[in-house]
Amino acid sequence: MTTMKKYFPLIVLGCLAMLPLIGLSDYIMHIIILVLMWSVIGMAWNLLGGYCGQVSFGHAAFFGVGAYSAGILYYHTGITAWWGMPIAVGAALLVALGIGFISLRLRGPYFVLSTLAIGEIFRIFAENLEEYTQGNLGIMIQQRSWVEKAPYFYIILGIAALTFVVVKIVAESKWGYYFVAIREDQDAAESLGINSTLFKTIALSLSGVFTGIAGAFYMNYMGYIDPGIVFALGEISILTVMVVMVGGVATYWGPIVGAVIMVFFSELIRSLPTVGAAHQTLFGILLIVIIIFLPNGIVGDFPKLLRLFGIGRKP
Amino acid sequence: MSLLQVNNVSMFFGGLAAVSNVSFEVKKGEILGVIGPNGAGKTTLFNMVNGFYKPSKGEIFFKGEKISGLRSYQICKRGMARTFQVVKPLQRMSVLDNVIASAFVRTNSKSEAEEIARETIKFTGLTADMSSISKGLPLGKRKKLEITRALATRPELLLLDESCAGLNPSELDESIEIIRKIKEKGITIMVIEHHMKVIMSISDRIVVVNYGQKIADGSPDEIGNNPQVIEAYLGEAHHA
Repeated sequence: MTTMKKYFPLIVLGCLAMLPLIGLSDYIMHIIILVLMWSVIGMAWNLLGGYCGQVSFGHAAFFGVGAYSAGILYYHTGITAWWGMPIAVGAALLVALGIGFISLRLRGPYFVLSTLAIGEIFRIFAENLEEYTQGNLGIMIQQRSWVEKAPYFYIILGIAALTFVVVKIVAESKWGYYFVAIREDQDAAESLGINSTLFKTIALSLSGVFTGIAGAFYMNYMGYIDPGIVFALGEISILTVMVVMVGGVATYWGPIVGAVIMVFFSELIRSLPTVGAAHQTLFGILLIVIIIFLPNGIVGDFPKLLRLFGIGRKP
Repeated sequence: MSLLQVNNVSMFFGGLAAVSNVSFEVKKGEILGVIGPNGAGKTTLFNMVNGFYKPSKGEIFFKGEKISGLRSYQICKRGMARTFQVVKPLQRMSVLDNVIASAFVRTNSKSEAEEIARETIKFTGLTADMSSISKGLPLGKRKKLEITRALATRPELLLLDESCAGLNPSELDESIEIIRKIKEKGITIMVIEHHMKVIMSISDRIVVVNYGQKIADGSPDEIGNNPQVIEAYLGEAHHA
């Protein structure tokens, strides 16, 4: 069982790597790529929100900064937007340090509100700095790298695997223990020799960097961004929180399960006639149901879920 | 030799002086008891020594180095640990993980931290509860966890804030035993306690505070016979 558990991530990775070989349609591949991208964002958010307990409603700031790093580089220099990835790492790190300096001295709901505001500030900046960002016109990549989906799939799969490994290593190290200690009681953590400001900044930086990489990938993959898309409050920031809440906060597989559910769910709803327009309302209802019945998410409350269907052991 | 030196510290909250002009020292290897009626300023004093509050006035020295103004985590790294009167376990972590988290202050390796943690848990007798989630522990064990966690940071000075309050008689005896064992290890202890039986039996010296001021300082016998202390505890009308 333990060996099974140890190799489980590798088995999943192996199976995923074979997906493009079985000839899935472009639409299905597109959905899977989006699932992987959302897994990356979810895992990144989870480091800060799940382990360290600092709930951010502004992750669109990192996603958008990553996307615009690639977009602006491409638009103004003409070199390939893939170089935006390393630049996104630096840019997201700078943004994280800046946000951390301002917001991390706030606690609980005040931190949440400040991240909400910061996400919106970035969107407004992007809309108005037309000289660099083209404002609401957005940035379009004229010639995309590949027509087929498989190369994009392997790139995002690699990023997702890297994120998974980094999160796992961090969560099981001294840093991970410190993050959780800060989440559970910041005062107690300080008395145990934990510099809470420093470790919250580390969590925010790691979280921001991986979200930024996902943003740079998005620019390359979709070929078009504008501030309303990549700095969106509902479609990016809040969806990020939902991915993790639905899947399971502070679990390794939670963000991945959450990404699968949320991406499929949103595609499904959007394809329905009339109801489709109200997909955000339905997201809200789903979130309420999850918070009431599965507060630890699907992965966190998996035993409870099994019992609900009469399969698992009684407590 | 004095390990901790508190010089004329005061703490004001708004206009209220919670602690005013208190000085005392803790000698290496002793157990110093701090007593006083409710609201006398004992915990405020602790919070200043531990870096939780910055004193409004006065200075605090630990091992000859000025620590007033440093933050809690910096003071912890220099070798001082504390427990909280209102226990603050890391709720959704197991007892072992709680203690591992605190042991990390002396090492970066997980296996070393776990070794320190297991050793400390054995020392305080929490081995049977090692894998329980700390949220569900009864108060007596949570108080013990506070002590264990503080000890795992390998302190030279341990501040115990009412670690015996709310315990039943058998838990109380056990706690006294643990405090004695900690002293035998060579760790200096400063303890706030309401329980007279405990404080009189374990302390080498006692500091008495009332209305934020130090009113007496001496051996348990001297304190027990000090008229000012009797007055503070029993009221002026009582002429013994």
